[in-house]
This record gives sequence, C-alpha cells and structure tokens, in this order.
Amino acid sequence: MQELIVKARQLLESGEVSRVLGWKKGEFEYDPEPAFFETAESLDGFVYNGFCGANLSKYMIEAGKKEGKTLVFLKPCDSYSYNQLLREHRVDREKAYIIGVGCKGKLSGNKLPFEGILKVTGADYPDAQQTLTVQTLYGTETVAYQDAMLERCHVCKGKEHVVYDELLGESCDTVDADRFAEVERIEAMSPAEKFAFFQEELSKCIRCNACRNVCPACSCRKCVFDSTAFDSAQKANTTPFEEKMFHIIRAFHVAGRCTDCGECSRVCPQGIPLHLFNRKFIKDINALYGEYQAGSDLESKAPLTSFTTDDAEPGVGRG
Amino acid sequence: MTEPMHECKYNPGFMRDSLIPQVGIITDVRTETPDVKTFRVERPEGGKLFEHMPGQCAMVCAPGVGEAMFSITSSPTNKEYQEFSIKRCGELTEHLHTLQPGTEILVRGPYGNNFPVDTELKGKNLLFIAGGIALAPLRSVINYCLDNREDYGHIDILYGSRSADDLVQRREIEEVWTKQPDVDVFLTIDRPQEGWDGHVGFVPSYLQELAFDTNRIAILCGPPIMIKFCLQGLKEMGFAMDQVYTTLELRMKCGVGKCGRCNIGTKYVCKDGPVFRFDQVDALPNEY
Amino acid sequence: MYRIKLENVNALLGAIAAQNDLFTPVKAGGKTNFTLWTEDTEVDLQTLKTVKSPKDVFFPQSETLYTCAKQDGKTTISVQDRCNTPFVVFGMKACDVRAIDVLDRVFLTEPVDSYYAARRTMGTVVSLACSRPDTSCFCGAFGIDCAAPQGDVATWMAEGYLYWLPQTEKGEALTAQVAALLEACQEAPVEEVKAKIREICDRLPLKDLELSQWGAQAADANFDSPLWEALYQPCLACGTCTFVCPTCQCYDIKDYNTGDGVQRYRCWDSCMYSDFTMMAHGNNRTSQMQRFRQRFMHKLAYFPANNDGMFSCVGCGRCVEKCPSHLNIVKVIKAFGKEEA
Repeated sequence: MQELIVKARQLLESGEVSRVLGWKKGEFEYDPEPAFFETAESLDGFVYNGFCGANLSKYMIEAGKKEGKTLVFLKPCDSYSYNQLLREHRVDREKAYIIGVGCKGKLSGNKLPFEGILKVTGADYPDAQQTLTVQTLYGTETVAYQDAMLERCHVCKGKEHVVYDELLGESCDTVDADRFAEVERIEAMSPAEKFAFFQEELSKCIRCNACRNVCPACSCRKCVFDSTAFDSAQKANTTPFEEKMFHIIRAFHVAGRCTDCGECSRVCPQGIPLHLFNRKFIKDINALYGEYQAGSDLESKAPLTSFTTDDAEPGVGRG
Repeated sequence: MTEPMHECKYNPGFMRDSLIPQVGIITDVRTETPDVKTFRVERPEGGKLFEHMPGQCAMVCAPGVGEAMFSITSSPTNKEYQEFSIKRCGELTEHLHTLQPGTEILVRGPYGNNFPVDTELKGKNLLFIAGGIALAPLRSVINYCLDNREDYGHIDILYGSRSADDLVQRREIEEVWTKQPDVDVFLTIDRPQEGWDGHVGFVPSYLQELAFDTNRIAILCGPPIMIKFCLQGLKEMGFAMDQVYTTLELRMKCGVGKCGRCNIGTKYVCKDGPVFRFDQVDALPNEY
Repeated sequence: MYRIKLENVNALLGAIAAQNDLFTPVKAGGKTNFTLWTEDTEVDLQTLKTVKSPKDVFFPQSETLYTCAKQDGKTTISVQDRCNTPFVVFGMKACDVRAIDVLDRVFLTEPVDSYYAARRTMGTVVSLACSRPDTSCFCGAFGIDCAAPQGDVATWMAEGYLYWLPQTEKGEALTAQVAALLEACQEAPVEEVKAKIREICDRLPLKDLELSQWGAQAADANFDSPLWEALYQPCLACGTCTFVCPTCQCYDIKDYNTGDGVQRYRCWDSCMYSDFTMMAHGNNRTSQMQRFRQRFMHKLAYFPANNDGMFSCVGCGRCVEKCPSHLNIVKVIKAFGKEEA
C-alpha cells in the first residue's frame, strides 16, 4: 500500500496528474470507499487492502470530463472493464494514468460470517495472510482468507493487466472453482426448477438499480429503464414479472460487452447472484462464436457486433 | 429519552383521500396562443368541482398519460367552473391539447396556499407583473380583486410576452380589465411586430420606465430570468422584499407535502406554497 | 410480564395468525425480510437486520390507489379498498419501531394518508429486543434503547423463553387473544437481558455519534458547506440507501395500463434518482451532489425543523451495511462534526 501512496504523491506533486482515484479508509475495516484525492496530504486516508473490491473503471467516465489527468488504480480484472469502456469510446485514455495494482483476491464484508465486526487483520497488502482474524463484539474469530473472497475471485481472469501505464505489486492465483460450473448446474435443471430458482432469487429484487449503476457496461447516458416513453417503471414492479424482465433485459443489453467483473453481484443488497445471467451469455457466446473475453483487447471483433457469413444461427443450429 | 410510539387509533372509515381525484368534464377549450390553451372544467353533472382560493393549484390527470399540478386560473368568484391555462411543453400537456370539449379528465385539489387576498393584500394598491404563461396564476387573483373591487386600492397590471400572439387572455384583458375603474393595464412584447402599436421591450425594462412608487404590494410571476431582473428593479424602486409575492413551481406528485419531490429546505412547495413572499423565498436554499 | 418457551413460539405465531394476518422475518434465498407468515414458514428471529425494513408492511413498496376505466366517454373511478384486516408485525426491532413514529409524522399529518392510516389502525406491532446489536448500529445516538423497544407488545429472548410485555391497549388485546399460550412471570430475567444488551451497546463503535452539528439549525448552516462536494463523489446514484431505509418515505405515483383501464399506483421513489425532480421545463437539482445533499439535509435538518427536533434517521445502520460504495449517513454526520471541531 505504501508504494502506491508514494507513487501517487509523486505524480500529484509533479503535476503529471491532477487527481488520484483510489480507495479511502472507510468507517470500519471492511468498507473502504472509492475516492478521489486532489492533494498529497489527502492521500493519508488512502488504503489498499483485500476489501478494495470496488472496480474504479466506471468512475473514469466522469473523471475524463475533468481538467487534467486522473491517476487510477486498476486491479487486473478492473483493467478489462476499462479496456471495454475505451473500446466503446466512453473514457479518454489520454486523460488517464493507469497503475495496474496487484491483487490477491478481494474480500467482502458480507462474506464474513460474524456479527459485530470491530477489526479484521490479515487483509492488508502486501502481506495477505491465509487467515483473517476477526475481532468482534462477541469474541475473536478466524476465517480462511479464501472463504471471505468474492465469488469473482474464485474464478479469476488472471494476474495480467490488459491496459496500464505502470504496474505495482504482486498478484496471486486465487482460482479454485470452475467459472461455468454454476451455469451448467442451472442449465441442467428442468424448466420448472429453473423457474423456481430464478423466482426465488429475483423476487428479492428491490429495484434499487445498484447493479445497473455500478456496472461498467451500463454506461448509457439515459437508461431505457429511466425513460418515460417506455413504461417499465424503474422504481417498482407493476407485475410480478417485471423484476425478472429488468434483469433479463439488462443482461441482454450488456451481452458481449460484459467482462464478468462481478460488480453486480458484489453490490446487490439482496445478494442475488446476478452475474449468472451474464455468465450464461458468455458461455453461449464462447460456444457459438468461439472463445471471447470482452475487454481483453481493443482490436478483435466483438462477436455480437460483427457479422460473418459463418456466424452461428442459434435458433437453427450452426449453419 | 425515548418517547413512546403513539398508538394509532384512526377511524377506519376512510372514504376520501386527497390522492383520489374527481371526474371533471371539459366544457370549453380556448386557444390563447400557438402553445397555450385554456380549459374550462366542471363536474359532469354541472357546477364547480370544488371551492378554491386565488393562487391555489390542482392536479389534472389524463389517465394513462400522466398527472401534473396546474395553477387554477379562474377566480373563485366564478361559481360555475374552474379554468386552467396550460402551455404545451411535455407529454401530458401535449395530450391535454388534443382534448375536445366533452372529454372527461380527472382533477384533484385544491392544493397549496393562496395569495393573501383577505389579509395582506386587502385595502392595498396592487401591482401585478407577469410574463408569458405566468399570467395564469395571477389571473385568478386579478379577477378576484376586480370582483371585490371595493376591498382593494388602485390596480396596475404589467404583462408581457414574446410576441402579441403569445399574450394569454388577450380578449379578457382588452375587454374587461382595461375597462375597469382605477385599473391600469400595461402590455408589452419583446420585439416590434406588425399590427402592434403598444409598448415594445422586456418586462423588467418597462417596469423601470413605469417607475411605480412603493405604496403598493407587488405580485410577480414569470420565467426565472424575468423574475430576477424585475426583482432587481423593484428593489431599486425601494420595494422591500416583504412587499413582493411570487409563486414557485417544482415537480409534484402528491400535492399534500408527503411524496418529497417539491421539498426545498424546510418547505414543501405544494403545501407551504406555491405562494411565497420574497423574504420567505430568500430564506430557502437556492434550489428552485 | 408473560413468557412462553422458545420451542413453542411457532404455536404462538399460529395462534396470532388464526386471528390476524401475521408478518415475521423469514429467510428466503439467503436473505431475511418481513413476509406474510404461513404454517410452513420458518420464522427467523436470529438475524438482527432484515434487508428491507418492515416499513413496507405499513407503506408497501408498491400499492394501487385506484383504478379507472372509461366507457362511452364516461370515467369511473374504483378506489382501492383500504386495509381492513387486523394484522400483526412480529419481531420489529426498536429502531424500526421508532421509524414508524417518523412515518406517522408524515402520513398522519393533515391531510391524513388514508391508505397508511388504515394499516396503522389495523396493525399491531410486536417488537423484539436486540440480543446481539451489530457494529453498524447507532440507534442510541437517537435516544432509542434497543434493550427496551417500544411497540404494542415488547418481547425479549432469554434462557429458552420469549418474554412478552403488552405496552398499549392494542398490545393488551393481542395478549388476550393468545393468553392460553402465555404464562405470567417475573420481570427479573428480562432486566438481566436488558443489562446485557446495554453492556454491549456501551461497546458499540458508533454509540457516541455526535449530532450537535445537526437538527433544525443545520438547515441553513450546513447547506452551503464545501464538504458535500467531497462527500458525494463515490455515490452511484442508485437507490439502495433509500430503499433499505426504514424512514425514507418519498414516493412516486404512476399509471399502469391494464388493457381495460388504468391502474394508478404509488411506489417508493428515491431522491437519489436524477428524474426525481425532473419537470417538463427543467430540473431544480441537476447534479448528484445536490441530490445527495438533499437526502441527508432532509433527514438531519429539514425534518427535525418541521418535527420538533425529531431526526428522520433511527440509526438502524442498514445504509452503512448496504451502500455499494460504502457511503452512509454516519460519514456525513461525522464529516460535519469534524468541520466544527
């Protein structure tokens, strides 16, 4: 963490960047917030540890409209999101100084199975331990680092940054699960079981729009769900089907552009595994058009926005 | 100290609710300007939907299209109907402009406070200043004062709009207002126009030319930029801020100070307004 | 004071449900929320905080106000029936009970909201003391004692029993309905539980949250502070904080075309949304900073100014736990505390 602060201070003081986009110490150990730092002194509050899960790439849309360059810290998976935004001309590469930071798997406060958490040790970088020690109002507990990790880290895209100006810090292998296993499990269900699964999960939705607003692929200036012309209220469901429609339509809208960054599932207050929709699309795209990872580069043709005569016709089989 | 949660013992015979509208029927539609129409609304069986005071508003709803707050432009002294002058500027107003006499709409109200016609304005000389569609809220109070002429002193009406074609209620102004005793009407349009031999110029500059003395209450309604410069003019003429009234307009849904939209500072414009004195406006955060 | 063995709580709920609609915390899909109780429902009295507050029992996220249909040019309005079934909300925490007081100030002020008032009339609140307060709790800052919750009936869980104390007429009436299942008992064990809870509350990190910079006088004082510009930055403009909040009560009124009529419904809205104040001719809050500021100024300054100093925050800590960007009212309160210090 210290080397990040030193670097940020250097770049701020030299005038190379006008602000730093990173994470700031939160109220508790497990809730750092995304933050802009404008002065070297304010960097005292800077933090980088296992709880800095927030993907900062989407904030770069707004940062790009400000005067001067913004230094942004991106984790390997965040860099895919940034690249995808770059591809969609939503961010200005010239106005960004990207430091790719090492990542050893990100934690979620919600995954710590304890009440009354006062202090967590073992989440600091660079010395991420294998075990987190959690001091609570009701005693001291321990949990394996891996067990408090975000779902996305168990199926990590890898240690490589796809866009950066500079790299700092080491990354770890955190993969211990098959990325598509859960999708396959649902695919294998009967239609009735599938419906019951999504019914239970999606009926929890409170239409807070956190998934949409955090999603780097949801960068439309005016969302179709905010349009008065389209009578699908953004705020409440007039029919029990609407919450499903909202999420399914959103999944369609980001299909082929979703990098699988997992922010939707991270922020959902009701813990809905929203990433599963996107991952189903990714799995199908891989099967129908060949392996494709959104955001991995700026040149390759995106399967859903380019046409070739060899394209699969999913409705009628490959033909 | 914890205060006890009070036990709720409301009468469950809730039949009326201020969120439930009445059915009203459009009995007349007058085209005032290219984008303003005045709608006359009555109960389907005839008669007024409700009693109101000058300055109050009502929610007009076309089911399935939308509902919005409009100022009631007719005076309460009119016993047969209510009128709304509505400018075409959004989805709902587009739709309302297509409606013909005989069409039913939904109306609920009246909402908000009113111009203090029985207190602060009583016995005073009055200066009305309006621009464009903003004559709508002032018309109800002007006609109320004219119908209770003996209760008020001299009345001046300064009204302007972009062009002669954009003057709302022009016929009533020329045929009624100008013919009243002890009433002076000053009309102006922004730019010269063929067939217009009246004053040309913006309302604030005409106001300066007219140089009223401060022995009167001013009631000012119009687009923000006009308000700003008229207010400056009035201040220069020596008017105190508690001598000038206006109305505010914000997004509203409930009309009863609960849905939260029109909240600025400690006020709800739908309930505590729309009529504010300028010293009250000055005390609000600058979010209107 | 009465008590019932914890293993018999289901029987108690069954007895309540025999004469009332019953809402209890229920875990579904891994998250606990207040839900209509049925015999095969497993009540979850262990989870401290439901994701959504129980406010939607009284003020549903979405409810029909009336439907209207037009035939041959004639419009008929069918007003939605108001709640006329007695119901019980079981297991509300002290903060959520206080939140009902806040909502009362809004909906029961003239003109009374009849939909809400009907539910308040028909509803009986059975509160439950918080055995294990969490780090994010700060109800104490608002004078709420989670060891002794308000409500028509207050309950405590201790030593294998649920203790039951009617506190209002409605509470007495409900107690009479289930009297056969309850046994009279001493208050001593409850006093012990209360002491235990208060001992935990004394160790809560947010217990000393300083509110002196807030209240009616802050309406002018804090509005123009440069702090807002820094505070709002990570805000995603989602509505999570408003939708999990037990006191947020802003709503929208919308139409749903059913095909043979129009269903006019109201639903929760959020001042965090960009279209909240949008009018045909413009928006009076164009930036997210302004919208963010409005939410906190409303809770901490405007509402107290209009309601005898009562804050419209009850310290439940849901926003602290749920904000995707880890922003929350605590940070706002503290930021202004620092400024003055």
